[in-house]
Amino acid sequence: MVAQKITIEPVTRIEGHAKVTVHMNADGTVDHAYFHVNEFRGFEKFCEGRMVFEMPHITPRICGICPVSHHLAAAKAGDDAMGAPPPKPAVMLRELMHMGQIIQSHGMHFFELAGPDLILGFDSDPATRNVVGLIQANPNLTIRAVKLRKFGQEIIANVGDRRIHPNFAIPGGVNKALTIDTRDKLLLDIDETIKTTQIGIQIIKDWAAKNAEDINKFAVFPTGYFGLVTPDNALELYDGQIRLIDRDGKQLEKFDGKNYLDIIAEHVENWSYLKFPYYKKFGYPNGSYRVGPLGRLNIVEKINTPLANEEFKIFKALNNGHPVENTLYYHYARLIEVLYAVERAHELLEDPDILSKDILNTCFDIKEQGIGVIEAPRGTLIHHYWLKPNGQLTKVNLIVSTGHNNWAMSKAVDSVAKTYIKGPDIKEGMLNRVEAAIRAYDPCLSCSTHAIGQMPIQLEVYDVENRLTQTLKRD
Amino acid sequence: MAKPKVASDWLSGCAGCHMSLLDIDERIIALTELIDLRATPITDLKEPDKDGVDVGILEGCINNTYNEEVAKRMRERCKILVALGDCAVFGGVPAMRNFSGAGEALKRAYIETESTDSEGKVPSDPELCKPTRVKAISEVVHVDVFVPGCPPSADVIFYVLSELAQGRMPELKGNMLDWH
Repeated sequence: MVAQKITIEPVTRIEGHAKVTVHMNADGTVDHAYFHVNEFRGFEKFCEGRMVFEMPHITPRICGICPVSHHLAAAKAGDDAMGAPPPKPAVMLRELMHMGQIIQSHGMHFFELAGPDLILGFDSDPATRNVVGLIQANPNLTIRAVKLRKFGQEIIANVGDRRIHPNFAIPGGVNKALTIDTRDKLLLDIDETIKTTQIGIQIIKDWAAKNAEDINKFAVFPTGYFGLVTPDNALELYDGQIRLIDRDGKQLEKFDGKNYLDIIAEHVENWSYLKFPYYKKFGYPNGSYRVGPLGRLNIVEKINTPLANEEFKIFKALNNGHPVENTLYYHYARLIEVLYAVERAHELLEDPDILSKDILNTCFDIKEQGIGVIEAPRGTLIHHYWLKPNGQLTKVNLIVSTGHNNWAMSKAVDSVAKTYIKGPDIKEGMLNRVEAAIRAYDPCLSCSTHAIGQMPIQLEVYDVENRLTQTLKRD
Repeated sequence: MAKPKVASDWLSGCAGCHMSLLDIDERIIALTELIDLRATPITDLKEPDKDGVDVGILEGCINNTYNEEVAKRMRERCKILVALGDCAVFGGVPAMRNFSGAGEALKRAYIETESTDSEGKVPSDPELCKPTRVKAISEVVHVDVFVPGCPPSADVIFYVLSELAQGRMPELKGNMLDWH
């Protein structure tokens, strides 16, 4: 057996373009595996010169899966830059739209992207290991999944005119009030959506019970955890302070997102277009932390909606109150967040203020900078703009949710490759597990490089003199 | 008759056009009865079948060397190539990068940004593709069907795919070309 390199390209059922290279030792064990994010667009540069009020329309084009996150982060940076905090009903409507997005993005990820691995199996035939295979295997469940995503998309469309790249939030508020008819229409589907989410939660819990061995050896490692919280450390997705805890759950920082440059920085590795954010005090890579559903449920102490909080208590008990480190529990955490998002959308729709027409603050006091922070489905999203007195941007800095997980995804890929890949007879299912490690984080690579997007698989075997000796393709 | 084979891929875009395809909602069941979905970003086949597919769909523009390879491979292996969405049809929002060029954009992202530490550098590992001038797909390969929109609506996508699946060329006109 000679030393070899395996290339998995593109990684599928994730958003964006990435590949994995696995460098093997001569004895058939894995030496190291790399997660390369392979795309760059350059929003930070080409948004220079645009007007601050255009940003809620330009930046959603960073990502069509979570366009609402960019739409709202840009509007929040706009509120800050224009010195125009939105009235409460506008904040509620934005949060409602955001809950729609959490439901559709998380729901789509669980059922359509990760679901085939969990429901059909990591080792099932790659030709049918997808949503079409799911339709054949379990049509009723698939219809429910489609309706779950549809409900989230319909919230977005009813509030903001379009399902993808909506037109709604503007600096100082929003451009449309909610009508009674629309509110009543959205309320109709709440119960059924909660039921589908609970079915999903049961699926992941049953799966976890049957696959405890995989759960406990599949990319389990300590990191810090990072995300927005309410003042009393409850789950918060629209606005709040950022809490950072260490691997043992101890709070390291709780700070206003506007001070992010004092707390975190980004490292560049030559082998990826995705940067590596880290906690400055600990340096890179010791200061690496995780965000997104697992990160958020690790930093919070409760969830302020009843059904989600009951499930959260079960989640918290998985590691006796300590942070949950298992990469595969991202799926469980993600569905608990869907439950929260549906319950929270329900609360917002039942609040009479949601129908108020006081939706825009037009008293502007333009500042030199504006910063907007939000919890996107995949983690904390930061938009930072510098502007001229006329509102034209001179500089833009974006730290996008998937980026925070870059070190963890790289670590997960390396860890899963070392655990599951054993040469010389390398099976497709082994490689699919490596992809599944990335999938668990639900990366949005277009988002994260404002710039990424590809992941299929090809396996190339090189001998010690770096000659290509074998190519295996998943096609 | 065998179901027509359809493959798709995303180049430099935002995945929004594929999400708009999923926005056909329950009609996805009907669609999978009409077509055989092969390699796509949401299935696990890594590239279009070597012996060809009937319809190839590309979302996103071409802004690096890897996109160019993928577009050429799709063209070689499909009978009808669809450019889906504004990025594929015109270059779209990502084409704004051509005002500064890729070099300046890379410098801003990986060296100058305020959050990047003092060790910033433009990634150049041979495993990575090279950014190029941003192009519409038709600047690189021949395109048979253009479907504009950011994204095109689910109804338009469903119409285009069901026409192609039944061996007809879709005729996009009137309000099918409108989006807001």
